[in-house]
Amino acid sequence: MKHEGYDASTLAAGQKTIAEFRNVSKRFGSVLAANDLNLRIAKGEFLSFLGPSGCGKTTALRMLAGFEAPSEGDVLLDGEVVNNLDAHRRPVNMVFQHYALFPHMTVAQNIGYGLKQQRPRLPKNLIAEKVSKALDVVRLGGFETRRIWEMSGGQQQRVALARAIINEPKLLLLDEPLAALDRKLRKEMQIELQNLQRQLGITFVLVTHDQEEALSMSDRICVMKDGRIVQVGSPQELYDRPRNRYVAGFVGTSNFFDGKVTKVTGTRASVRLENGDEVEGSPVSQVSVGQSVSISVRPEQIKLHRSGDGATARVLNRIFLGEHTEYLVKHDTLGEFLVLSPRQSELNDGPFNTGDVLFASWEASAALVLDSK
Amino acid sequence: MRFYALSVYLFLYIPIGVIALFSFNAGRNASQLQGLSTKWYGVALSNPFVMDALKTSLTVALTAAFLATAFGTMAAVALQGIHGPVRKAFDLLIYVAVMIPGIVIGIATLIGLVTVFDQLNPLLATIWPGGATPPKLQMGMGSLIAAHTMFLMALVIIIVRARLAGMDRALTEASSDLYATPFGTFRQVTLPLIFPAVLAGFLLSFTFSFDDFIIAFFVAGSETTLPVYVFSSIRRGVTPEINAIGTMVLAVSLILLFAAQILLRRGARPTR
Ligand SMILES: Nc1ncnc2c1ncn2[C@@H]1O[C@H](COP(=O)(O)OP(=O)(O)O)[C@@H](O)[C@H]1O
Ligand SMILES: [Mg+2]
Repeated sequence: MKHEGYDASTLAAGQKTIAEFRNVSKRFGSVLAANDLNLRIAKGEFLSFLGPSGCGKTTALRMLAGFEAPSEGDVLLDGEVVNNLDAHRRPVNMVFQHYALFPHMTVAQNIGYGLKQQRPRLPKNLIAEKVSKALDVVRLGGFETRRIWEMSGGQQQRVALARAIINEPKLLLLDEPLAALDRKLRKEMQIELQNLQRQLGITFVLVTHDQEEALSMSDRICVMKDGRIVQVGSPQELYDRPRNRYVAGFVGTSNFFDGKVTKVTGTRASVRLENGDEVEGSPVSQVSVGQSVSISVRPEQIKLHRSGDGATARVLNRIFLGEHTEYLVKHDTLGEFLVLSPRQSELNDGPFNTGDVLFASWEASAALVLDSK
Repeated sequence: MRFYALSVYLFLYIPIGVIALFSFNAGRNASQLQGLSTKWYGVALSNPFVMDALKTSLTVALTAAFLATAFGTMAAVALQGIHGPVRKAFDLLIYVAVMIPGIVIGIATLIGLVTVFDQLNPLLATIWPGGATPPKLQMGMGSLIAAHTMFLMALVIIIVRARLAGMDRALTEASSDLYATPFGTFRQVTLPLIFPAVLAGFLLSFTFSFDDFIIAFFVAGSETTLPVYVFSSIRRGVTPEINAIGTMVLAVSLILLFAAQILLRRGARPTR
């Protein structure tokens, strides 16, 4: 079957599918919030939906949770189509963006809420025991009788997490769970979430617009744009082999030079840039002569020298970052681009100060020829 | 400006103050204060007609307030899930129901029910089995409770909906995400969070029903509520006993209105 969107409906050998989108689209009036999603989620993985605000990440998550039904296609959980299965019948739990803790209940009542709904009823002391264990897991032991409004933002976040994981869901859905936390706390929680996921073995599906968050926590990232899946892969795959310019720009930083393919030979392609320069690069996917492409070079792949060959570039700005130094350089014909050099190159060549004219060079293998979409 | 405002308030409240004051009159003249005493309260509360009317009023007010609160709350919650033209029509009708003058509700209910009863009573008589006398449908406590419930329901819907609108939708979603059935979510999350508004709706409904004269005058049939009793007594002259009844009704109403106000204010406090 030919799909409009990117097809991520295959998994690596040995992986078991826990959830799946099959040709799923979702319309809200005239807005197409999800457009032909094809994706398998593997059991036990940490998958992130990454994309700018409004690209349909939350909609995808809400279809897994059961708050929205797809307009077209099927959503599967554990091999069964669940398009119209009510949220309360799905073995899936969600951590809401603003936590959605029940304000009229204590911390323990919030966390025990899911267990309390089970029929036949669970004994009270069993629930209390599990609640206290869940609190220990999120490092809030002894907070049972606290009121929600007595907790800090970070603590509320942990309560929301405990309230979900206590039910041992098949999928744990997290909608921008860290967005409301300050930077330091966010870093801590990233590590904690990752540890928690390994420790519990629960499949995590996270929604975020923060590439750093997605890169640091996920096993796989699903990059989205305008309701479509653009590419799915491990953080490293997306960074090293982005499918198009959009992914390269969204995952990590990169320098782009636009042009047209003039020659394709083996694993290399020649590209005539807009300024007339001819540059060699390596295509990530099939390209043909005459195609509009972008050359993408990561800042750390560009080397600066005092002498030698390569393009000449003047240093506009220098930011010392410790192990690395970031330069903004201006090339006479290529324009401005970013360079990230290891400390060692400055130790060898001496510091490159603002105003210095240097040579910039990169390997043809580091210059990715990408579809310019 | 100040002077006018002051005169308006004086004009409104002086008669009420006079009634309250004269209810403590020691003499039996309604326009001449002859020392203070609470004896007219004793007289009023030991008058069997007053007590009967009070009992009728309380029964009607409690039942109507209870029914209006139950139905109104259900309607408000259900309306949350409805959008588009149906919702707009409902909104309009609810506001119309609240703003319609009592006399229109009274007359309309009277005419409507009398017409229906005239049709139904002969029908009942023919289908009633065994030659026994069938129950005769007529105006009375039932029709009064029905009329009050109808317009109080609109009031409850408006109060409860204001509270529901301020509630985070994610809370009910979180509840169903945590396996609670729709009814379980209503009982464990929605109702506790809107309860101040529900209680306030009940208190306001009770007050309106308890104070109502116009609707009761038309549809109470042979039943006499307290306001209707007061009205018919006044035609025989204003006595301090009437003043005492009026003052008691006023006190009860003010206390309930005050309580409802506090509840609504507390309910409006952010929950997060
Ligand atoms: N309930 C809804 N009604 C109408 N439009 C919606 C609704 N939910 C989402 N949308 C629209 O769908 C698009 C995707 O939204 P969303 O999934 O929330 O994006 P993201 O989470 O990536 O920011 C947006 O254009 C948004 O306005
Ligand atoms: Mg979102």
